[in-house]
Amino acid sequence: MKTVIVVGNGMVGYKFCEKFVAKSSSDEYKLIVFGEEPRPAYDRVHLSAYFENQNANALELAPASWYKENNIELITGQRVSDIKKENKEIHTASGKSYTYDYLVLATGSVPFVPPISGVEKEGVFVYRTIEDLEEMMAYASQIKAIKPNGKAAILGGGLLGLEAGKAVLDMGLEAHVVEFAPKLMPRQLDTRSSNVLQLKLEDMGIQVHLSKATNKILGDKVIEGMEFGEDDRLDVDMLIISAGIRPRDELGKTCGLEMGTRGGIIVDNRMRTSTKDIFAIGEVALYNQMIYGLVAPGYEMADVAVNQIMGNQEVIMPEHMDMSTKLKLMGVDVASFGIPYMPVEKGLSIIFENKTKYLYKRINVSHDGKTLLGGILVGDAKDYNILHQMYLNGIALPDNAEELIVGARGGEGSAFGSAIDLPDTAQICSCESVSKGNICSSLLNGESKSLKDIISCTKATTGCGGCKPMVVELVNETLKSMGKKVKDVICEHFEYTRQELYGIIKVKGITSYDEALDKCGQGDGCEVCKPALASIFATIYNHTANKEDIIQDSNDRFLANIQRNGSYSVVPRIPGGEITPDKLIVLGDVAKQYGLYTKITGGQRIDLFGAELNDLPAIWKKLIDAGFESGHAYGKSLRTVKSCVGSTWCRYGMDESVSFAIALEERYKGIRSPHKLKGGVSGCIRECAEARGKDFGVIAVEGGWNLYVCGNGGATPKHAQLLAEQIDNETVIKYLDRFLMYYIRTAAPLMRTAAWLEKLEGGMEQLKKIVIEDSLNIAEELETDMQGLVDKYECEWKQAVENEEIGRRFKHFVNTDDRDDNLVFVPMREQKMPEPWTN
Amino acid sequence: MEALFQQYSPVALDKVTVWFKACQEHDIPENGGACVKYKNKQIALYHFKRKQKWYACQNLCPHKMEMVLSRGMLGDSEGIAKVACPMHKRTFSLETGENLNGDLPSIATFPVKVENGFVYIGFSE
Repeated sequence: MKTVIVVGNGMVGYKFCEKFVAKSSSDEYKLIVFGEEPRPAYDRVHLSAYFENQNANALELAPASWYKENNIELITGQRVSDIKKENKEIHTASGKSYTYDYLVLATGSVPFVPPISGVEKEGVFVYRTIEDLEEMMAYASQIKAIKPNGKAAILGGGLLGLEAGKAVLDMGLEAHVVEFAPKLMPRQLDTRSSNVLQLKLEDMGIQVHLSKATNKILGDKVIEGMEFGEDDRLDVDMLIISAGIRPRDELGKTCGLEMGTRGGIIVDNRMRTSTKDIFAIGEVALYNQMIYGLVAPGYEMADVAVNQIMGNQEVIMPEHMDMSTKLKLMGVDVASFGIPYMPVEKGLSIIFENKTKYLYKRINVSHDGKTLLGGILVGDAKDYNILHQMYLNGIALPDNAEELIVGARGGEGSAFGSAIDLPDTAQICSCESVSKGNICSSLLNGESKSLKDIISCTKATTGCGGCKPMVVELVNETLKSMGKKVKDVICEHFEYTRQELYGIIKVKGITSYDEALDKCGQGDGCEVCKPALASIFATIYNHTANKEDIIQDSNDRFLANIQRNGSYSVVPRIPGGEITPDKLIVLGDVAKQYGLYTKITGGQRIDLFGAELNDLPAIWKKLIDAGFESGHAYGKSLRTVKSCVGSTWCRYGMDESVSFAIALEERYKGIRSPHKLKGGVSGCIRECAEARGKDFGVIAVEGGWNLYVCGNGGATPKHAQLLAEQIDNETVIKYLDRFLMYYIRTAAPLMRTAAWLEKLEGGMEQLKKIVIEDSLNIAEELETDMQGLVDKYECEWKQAVENEEIGRRFKHFVNTDDRDDNLVFVPMREQKMPEPWTN
Repeated sequence: MEALFQQYSPVALDKVTVWFKACQEHDIPENGGACVKYKNKQIALYHFKRKQKWYACQNLCPHKMEMVLSRGMLGDSEGIAKVACPMHKRTFSLETGENLNGDLPSIATFPVKVENGFVYIGFSE
């Protein structure tokens, strides 16, 4: 058996492993992989996503178990320090040695740190690894603690630098981008597109400084600023260097491989170095005198190296590498393909620019006007995929080539038809080298039946993801051509959207889940359609979760939120956040009696955590006896209507916000909806109730209430938008009835109001017409339906404690009264918490 | 935690040495499940009425090692009976124990029989 050692477990190193194990002869080899970082390979391209969710696992390309299952020995946290090529041996920093038959160097690159005086100062960072990010975030929060308006600069206005700019904004610091060249993204953009991008970035709060040569980092031990020239400086509290990359080629250098004059290990078109059993791939490899800092060429190199090692000598690197890219920088589309800009001798350009909308589009065509040579798109890159394909496949340009970027004038249809018109050889996913033919034939020969199948068998879209829209279009079009229907259905059991299903259930008068499956579905249901149907039944008949508990989502079934160790939390309703001292004492007594952890929630109520399933009915009996009701914290339903104290106490208050919040919460409590609903009422524009961060928010102003709708906190915060101004209490309720009922009827499962509004054709203006002007002539029906739900309200916990049959649900074991002995709590700050998860 | 997981290994029908009388048929909700204690083990037992079948598997979800699978929702994926964990909606085949939407280790499944209104789960120890 031969041994292949891979040094480096980055994106390209991982791709090598993936391509290697996919070969049938891979079991004749032993594969050992060394990674210097503590974790297995992750997706560096989307590193800035880490700022949003801080979930390192989500970036992982494959878990450690994947390597094990494929018989790959993965050694992380271990640096390879030396190669003895005459003995075919490598040495690690910890003094171990391994012998190889083939060695693959995939050591990648390090950020280039220019030799500026002072770069060693505290507060100067590079942007490359998750650890870099963690350090930056820790430092940024220190700054913010002492200096709320702290500033951070990014040195380098290239692709990676602008990504880092987004990271700085996400950290809540003022962002500055400093670039040596007179334009942003100098490799990809021309001067005019750079100007457009700069305007857009400045509009978003990122300041851009071009043509600046930094000659000094100022400050004592800690960075205080950057000096560009005499009397030209920028005060900053933090600096992130993103000035390009340098190949990590030390191993090659010390063992005597042939190197490029400015670094990089020289390879031929088989990815072989000057020593024939050593290969180099990715950003450490110098091919055609170039270091390729993009993922797609790296993946192609990995593929060539795998084939060469396995003896498929005919698989070699192409002469010319496509360096086209498309990305979203802080939500702004930027793409460049082929030759982005060129002197006039080489070709002619068609340019469209609209600075008022931050748009720039340029295509370069040959002198005879027949061939597309390349181009740039800023602000709107939805046509990138198809333009890129036209360029790659040399498709003849239409007579009016300008229509490719400004759209066809007069008449319907786009200038270039659809992805389905491309030749079969057209490469759709360049990261994974998947052609249109691969995708379509997999569907046509029955190997794949859906988008999911295509992704799992071709791996298309799993690299940068940029080709997703084209892949979706190809799959849908191909399936359609095969006579199959494609739409946004609930799941494999119901071939309808939620809105369609709502209509069917109502018209046919279906009242149970099994009946629905039999009359308009197929199969035996699943965890997606069961709660969706339960929600529809709740809207039409106001069934509580007790009516058909088995189709409820698990939390609704047990009328409580399952917590980390399988215990539950208890949240009684405290409308508007108003509570009497006597009720507070009851909550304290119950928590003490059952040993519950107590915390005030964001919705102005009190959450009791750590209740065992068996205790839930007894706990709720006590609460109900004291006048509490279910808070529906477990349901896709109204949570709370948060309020400030309003004119009853506040000297600024314009109206009684607490009273109105209580009235609204009492009105809409218990109503099931596609997702949770939150409301807020503020007594003046100081907005202490944060009503504009809710699905509906009401703010007292001179002459009435302003009503805002479709806001939320969460992963993508959205401010609610103004629906109506200066209206009285009755009108607020009338509009809310119409708005909520229309949302409940038409939204997809688990779609909150903000996302729903985004999908609603015509947006806010359309919503105003429907709710205020009654343009669909359904207002009366919506109000009647809502009033019906309000009138039928029943507390489902009251039902549960009063009905012995329902009570039996709340037992951990069906065959004994024993408790779950697996529940472990540990003490924390005079209360308790579940034992931390270890995996 | 690993040790907890190791306690559960699947039992094939022909390897059953003990038929444990778990409960009465009506103790388990139709198209739902409940948890049965056997020695120091927790077993999730389901009555998949639509398929006219009974299933049993470990109550322990291998994702976060919590005793919760009996509270999960039943369903089918292209005909295969499955349960979705209430914690993070990981789904497992009730036929083979295989994780259907990820690469978690398989869960242990056990044979079930119903006689005279009583439900029995098969164990080999």
